[in-house]
Amino acid sequence: MAKNSEIKLIGTAASPFVNRVQFVLHLKSIEYEFIDENLASKSELLLKSNPVYKKVPVLLHANKPPIPESLIIIEYLDEIYPDIHPILPSDPLVRADNRFWANFIDNKFFPLFEELRRTPEKEGKEAIKKQLIEGSKLLEEAFVKFSNGKAYFGGDDVGYLDVVLGCFLGWTKFVEKHNEFKIIDEVRTPKLLEWTKRIWSHEALKDAIPRNETLMDFYMMLQINRPPRKATSS
Amino acid sequence: MEKVKLFATWSSPFVKRIVWALKLKNVEYEIIYEDLANKSPELLKYNPIHKKVPVLVHNEIAICESLVILEYIDETWNDVCPLLPKDPLDKAKERFWAKFGDEQVLPSFFGYVMKQGKDQEESKETTLAHLKRVEQLLSEKKFLSGESFGFLDLAFGWLAENSRPLEVITGLKLLDEDSFPNLCTWKDKFLEIPAIKESWPDQETLIAKYQEIRESKGK
Repeated sequence: MAKNSEIKLIGTAASPFVNRVQFVLHLKSIEYEFIDENLASKSELLLKSNPVYKKVPVLLHANKPPIPESLIIIEYLDEIYPDIHPILPSDPLVRADNRFWANFIDNKFFPLFEELRRTPEKEGKEAIKKQLIEGSKLLEEAFVKFSNGKAYFGGDDVGYLDVVLGCFLGWTKFVEKHNEFKIIDEVRTPKLLEWTKRIWSHEALKDAIPRNETLMDFYMMLQINRPPRKATSS
Repeated sequence: MEKVKLFATWSSPFVKRIVWALKLKNVEYEIIYEDLANKSPELLKYNPIHKKVPVLVHNEIAICESLVILEYIDETWNDVCPLLPKDPLDKAKERFWAKFGDEQVLPSFFGYVMKQGKDQEESKETTLAHLKRVEQLLSEKKFLSGESFGFLDLAFGWLAENSRPLEVITGLKLLDEDSFPNLCTWKDKFLEIPAIKESWPDQETLIAKYQEIRESKGK
């Protein structure tokens, strides 16, 4: 068990990438200090800990060099605390498949949320909504495959993809409400919908999913600091 | 007998690192060269989401995304030539820099080489800044992975492999010995590793192939 203050997490409550690390820390019962970062005015600590990307999350473990990038942090935590709630499966093939889908979620699926926010025209937004829906259907198929009839991507309990995808549920709800459409729904993605309910109520995860007010504050900051692109036609 | 297939193209830097890894681990495999303008049904079956190379197929199961494939190869054929270190922190560092390489260095490098005029000048600064970071990784180290080569060297191998051929073709000197002494030394050492040296296409073939492309584009 990690002692208090041995592990610190630089982050912000609204970041899903930070949330997913928090999920893992909670699942592994690791005590940690949360260093709240204001992304509109980044601290010296953050800039020093992640000089390459200047982003959250960053994990500080005792006196070791800081570790940025949420997926890398998760694998690190899994390797230093392998016996407490293992996150990644042990079989190399299943691990590779899990990592593939994490890449898909981070590089193809989630960026669409930001694209949607920044796209000004209606047609542009509709096109991105379509892509999000297509993406969710692929994730439904992935869930069916990985869960194999059980409750989570990880099987009987939460595993890697539950954490990797589950962290986006707050934003998913936010974006759905804001844009008046469903990304996850009972017709196209029934299994995924049931799964979201389990994640929302999971003991180790629910407290790390940000509240709507937190997301709204963050959204307003994004609107100011990274405003939507100008419309190309009136 | 385990059946290993690799869907590839001769030019993809993401493919080449897989070829090197398989060779280093003495894995027998069948290589299938794809024409990306005319993708085979097999490729589309094994990588329906991205439809890209490389794809490793091991006993009929497909693994996609080159860094994911590299880790799979390392975990599966773990008795020969370990690629990633054992220490979790060292592993985390190599994964971080490999990701940085693929997401930042590689696109800016190839972008710079292929652009023209003002665009090229602008990419030059970014590319040089990225290369400086990699140069720093090699201070006091023989290879990117430490005393001996490993995962991170394979991940940056595209830089070693392509820098001279692209210099010859474009006339642009990117890795000059004054600005990047560590990278230049590393590049030569990397290309001398037998598995790398013996892999096709070699440096001369690469130059000829890039020349062909240039000529067919009417340059």
